[in-house]
This record gives sequence, C-alpha cells and structure tokens, in this order.
Amino acid sequence: MFTHVPKRIVDRSMVLTLCAALSAAGACKKPEPPAGGAGSAAPGTTADPATGGGGKVVIGVLTDMSGLYSDVGGKGSVLAAQMAVDEVGGSVAGMPIEVVSADHQNKPDVGSTVAREWYDTKNVDVIVDVPTSSVAFAVSDVTRDKNKVFLASGAGSSDLTGSKCSPNTIHWAYDTWALANATGREIVKNGGDTWFFLTADYVFGASLERDVSAVVAQSGGKVLGDVKHPINTPDFSSFLLQAQASKAKIIGLANAGGDTINAIKQAAEFGIVSKGQKMAGLLVFITDINALGLATAQGLLLSESFYWDRDDQTRAWSQKFAAKRNGTMPTMSQAGVYSAVLHYLKAVAALKSAKDGKAVVAKMEELPTEDPLFGKGTIDPNGRKRHPMYVYEVKTPAESKAKWDYYKLIREVPANLAFRPVADSGCPLIKK
Amino acid sequence: MSSLLPQLMLGLFNGACYALLSLGLAIIFGLLNVVNFAHGAFYMLGAFIGWGLLHYAGLGYWAALVIAPLVVGVLGVVLERTLLSRLYRLDPLYNLLLTFGLALILQGLFLAKFGSSGEIYDPPAALRGAWNLGFMILPIYRGWVMIVSVVVCLATWYVTERTKLGSYLRAATENAGLVQAFGINVPRMVTVTYGLGVALAAFAGVLAAPIFRVNPTMGDDMIIIVFAVVVIGGMGSIMGSIVTGFALGLVEGLTKVLYPPASSTVVFALMALVLLVRPAGLFGKAP
Repeated sequence: MFTHVPKRIVDRSMVLTLCAALSAAGACKKPEPPAGGAGSAAPGTTADPATGGGGKVVIGVLTDMSGLYSDVGGKGSVLAAQMAVDEVGGSVAGMPIEVVSADHQNKPDVGSTVAREWYDTKNVDVIVDVPTSSVAFAVSDVTRDKNKVFLASGAGSSDLTGSKCSPNTIHWAYDTWALANATGREIVKNGGDTWFFLTADYVFGASLERDVSAVVAQSGGKVLGDVKHPINTPDFSSFLLQAQASKAKIIGLANAGGDTINAIKQAAEFGIVSKGQKMAGLLVFITDINALGLATAQGLLLSESFYWDRDDQTRAWSQKFAAKRNGTMPTMSQAGVYSAVLHYLKAVAALKSAKDGKAVVAKMEELPTEDPLFGKGTIDPNGRKRHPMYVYEVKTPAESKAKWDYYKLIREVPANLAFRPVADSGCPLIKK
Repeated sequence: MSSLLPQLMLGLFNGACYALLSLGLAIIFGLLNVVNFAHGAFYMLGAFIGWGLLHYAGLGYWAALVIAPLVVGVLGVVLERTLLSRLYRLDPLYNLLLTFGLALILQGLFLAKFGSSGEIYDPPAALRGAWNLGFMILPIYRGWVMIVSVVVCLATWYVTERTKLGSYLRAATENAGLVQAFGINVPRMVTVTYGLGVALAAFAGVLAAPIFRVNPTMGDDMIIIVFAVVVIGGMGSIMGSIVTGFALGLVEGLTKVLYPPASSTVVFALMALVLLVRPAGLFGKAP
C-alpha cells in the first residue's frame, strides 16, 4: 500500500538491465589501460610502437591514476620519472629515453595485463612505482618471465624482497618491515605495549600487520586483536568501536591512503584519541597529513624514508616538483620513483644496453646509489634498496610555519638497521 | 551482547545515508524510467559545493545545505532539458550510458583538480561534540544526519503518496498521455522531478561531507550500494528504498562485527538472493 509502482517499469528486463549496468560499472573501467591509456596526461607519455624501440629505453610508470592511492603515486610518479629522465638529458648511452604511463586501478589482473602488453608490444624496458602490493606481485612475476626490470616504489609488502623476491625486481622507497621497525619500535618504546590492528584486507595490510606484530612481540608488547576491513572503506566507525572495546593502548592502522585518512578522521569524531587510546599510522604519506589537516593529525608518529624539508637538496628538488604540481609536495613513493629511475639509467649507461633485465638489476646492485633525495645507499642481493628511515612526529598547527611544514624529526634509523637483514629475508635467491 | 547495540546504531546511520541517496534515485526512476548513474556524481558535487562555499565564499554549513541542492537541482534541470529528454524515445540503456558517462566526466574533472585525498569539511560548531547514550558515544553530527534523513525520507514519501502533486506524479508514471490530456504539463513535471531528485543527492552530499572526506570518488563508493538498495527495494518504489536503505545499513553493520572482510560484499549477495526469489524487489509489484 505504500508503493506506487508503475507496471511498465517493474518488469524483469529492467531489473536485468540494471544488473548489467551494475556489472558494467566495474567492467567498463577495465578495458582502457594498455599503454599510456587512462589518464596519462603528461606530455610525451605515449609509446610509439612504430619505431620498434630497439634503439631507445622505455620507462613505464604503472600506478593508481584514479583511486585511493593516486595522490601517493599517480601523476606525481610520472612527473618524478620524467624529472629523472630530464636530468640525464633525455638519453642514455646514445639511446633516447621515453616515459609511458598507465592506470592499474589497484587490480592485479589489470596490472599484469598492462605489464604484459607493455613488454610484448610497446618495448617497455622497466616498470616503476606500482602502489598496491597485490598488483606489484603480479607485475613482478610478469617482469621475471619477460626478463625485464621492475622497480617497486609505491608497493609496501616486504615479501617483494622476501619469499617472493626476484632477480628482476628492486624494492625502493620503503617496505612494511622498515615501517614496523621504525614506527612500531618507537611506539612500543614510548609505552605503547598493547595493540589492536585495523588492517586492509589484502596482501599489503597482512604484511604490515605481520611485521609490526613481530616487532611488538619482540619488544615485549602484546597484540590484542585485529579487524580486517575491505580496501577503500568510507566508514570506519564500526571498526573503530571494536578497536576501542579491545582496550588496547595503540590502534595500529595497517592500511594506507584514503583508508588511513578516513580512520584517523573518524577516530577523532568518536573521541577515541581524547579517551586515551593512540592511533598509530603505520604507513602515512605527507599527502594524507595534508588532507587531514594538522588539527586532526598533530602528534601522530610516522616513518618515511623521504621528507621534502629534510635538507637543502631535498628542498630544492621538491620545490621544482611542486612547481609542476600546483604546489603539492612529493611523497616518499614519488621520490622513490625519481631515485630508482636515476640509478637504473646509471646501470644502463654502464652496460650500454637495457635489454637484459637480470643484467641491469645485477649492475644496479653492484653500483653504489647516490642521489639528492636519499643520499648514498646500497642495494642488497635480494633487491632491497638500503637507505636511512626517519621517524617523524606531525607538528601542531602552532609549530607549523607554512603549508607543507608538517613533520619534526624524532629519530633517524641508519641504513644498516633500517631494513631487514638479508639473511632474515627468506629470499630463495640468497640460499644458493 | 552490549557491544552489538552501538554497532546497530552505526548501521542505522549508514542506512540513513543509503536511504536518502536511494530516494532520489527511486523518484527519478519511477517517473523518468531513467537509471540515473550520475546520482553519485551529484552527491559528490553537492559535497564539493558545500566545501567550496566555505573555502572560497566563507559561507558555512547551513547556507550550503540550501545552496548546494539548489545549484545541483538547476544543473539537473538543464541536463534533463538539453540531454536526457532527447533520449526518452530510445531504449533506457541510452540514458543509462549517458548518465554513466556524465558521472565519469564529473569524477575525472574533480580528480584532476583536487586529487584523491580530498578535502576536510568540519561539522558546524552547533553540531560538534558527542552524546553519551550510555551504551555508546554518538557524535552529535551523526545523530543529526539520522534525524534529518528520516524527516526528509518521510516528507518525500508523504508528498508523493498523499498530496495532489504526488497524485499527478504517480498518474503520469502510469499513463503520461492520459494525464497530459487532462491539461497537466507532463514534460515540465518530468524536468522538475529530475531536478528534485538530483537536488536530494546534493543535499545528501552536504550532509555526508563532514563525516566522510570530501573527495572525488565519494559518489563512486556509494552509488553501487545505493543501486543495490533500489533493486532490492523494488525499482521505483519510494517506501521500498527507504526501508531497504535502513535495513541494508543494519545488515552491513552486523557484518562489520561478525565477519568484517565481507562487509563490502554482503549487500550484493543479498541483492542476488532477492533477485532470485523476488525479481521485482521486496516492495515492487510483480508484472
């Protein structure tokens, strides 16, 4: 009696049409990516298959262009790669360098399809960035099959240089072990010895929770429980109340990007922090802090391997970057893309060829790394790039003097301690 | 189990958001037979207009609650006149594609301008803080959103079911030609309905802005769930959308406690089930 449903509408076909539409909403997004496809707006980013690619080096930036990690990587990662290319003059060992890009939509199937197509038909020699660990694993497999190079910067799972390590993959900016070791240890040291995790329900979240739990246990703390939430959750309130009920001192956020922002913002709304529990953002990027605002984010402990305002060199590079991004400062992922591409080009210059992926990676591991953003470093034989990690605390609104002046340094973890010892990595390449 | 009550409350809150959004969708579908895929984009637009009013013009929440639906409503009227109305004679799929395309364009434009992290929009001073309900702490703002949604939902239902205007509306959905013969301007009514429908989406957007980040994909996150609500409730049924919206909020809320990883899929599992058992939806009449 409450309804007035016109007959012509409620026929079965219409409902079916709608179902088709619903599935289309997911499916329609899929077919676009191949090569320079969705959203590769930067100039000069389309591959030209006609030239055959024999005499040039093609760098493929595969990243999230439209989803919850697109501020962390996205167009900024393409720009960072391009800045590295521009810095060496646009060519290496007499070969012109080209940058292409595509959107992997955080879906492993889309990521591996693009990677395959890039390697097979677009002469791409190296894929960089790839936030979302599940996609990174898929890309790493394809890269190994095709003997190309994969420089992971946006992805987090420490398994990339652990059980799933590959002679064709180098993991650059950070990983979940390093985050656990830096942020996790610092928090336990400050008395945060009981934890409850809000964990993104995919491989990255699981890796992060595992690595932090290990640090917590090692330091004498205890994990009281966890909730595995779907990636890209708008409303965290239910999970936050479960965390609150656990009475853990620390609510560890084993998630990233938009999920972390939502969780921190809504925790403030429910007064969780003011009641004495503390939020620990285990992977927080500067763009997240910018979105949250200092009033909400102040006091948060986090670790990064790169902060734009660390020294004169990082400032100079970042300001150049920001000038091309409407003032948005680079994230650690984007800085990692720049640094990785720069070092890759050094190896290609030394070999005078980019064709044998394994050889290029071996050369990269052999050469010491040095760039203005991460300083001097090395690469372990399991593909783990080594540099210092920094534990920061988010400034209060009063302490911040300008936009993007967000962090104060708490502690520097030196390169030799910042990342997992090779022997503990469980990487099958090492046992030989 | 005392911890279940707060979770149900939160489920009701999400349900209120779903109901409010699916309301506009159901009205538009009822009269225009258009599956308005741009609904989520208008919801996002509403939130961004709210944020923009504060950011650029210094106009606060209360003004935004009025201005954003007005702006989006007018935009809806223009769209209906210039684009949608050209496709009524064709298969409904064409308008579905049109609105889907519009949604992608709007979302893409905002993504390019604002990025995915979004902007923070604080609740108005009067609605900050929290109520202690004994069994839980309920942020005042969430309580406010729930009350407003219920009022708006019931008012919309009342207008369509109990007023003269509503009877014209319902008559036009049954037989537009006949109603027109009585001297009622049906095309204008259709235009106004579309405007009102999307204005409701913008209104929901402003309401949601202080809780979720104001970000370009906020509509995308909601629209699929809201479509499921409309399908389960019965296409075009207003009361069906309202009841289903709240019910699904509750079901989702319970899933978040019992088996959190399934919380984003439970709605669709239910939709599949309902379609199998009652293809016309819970409140729809079988053909």
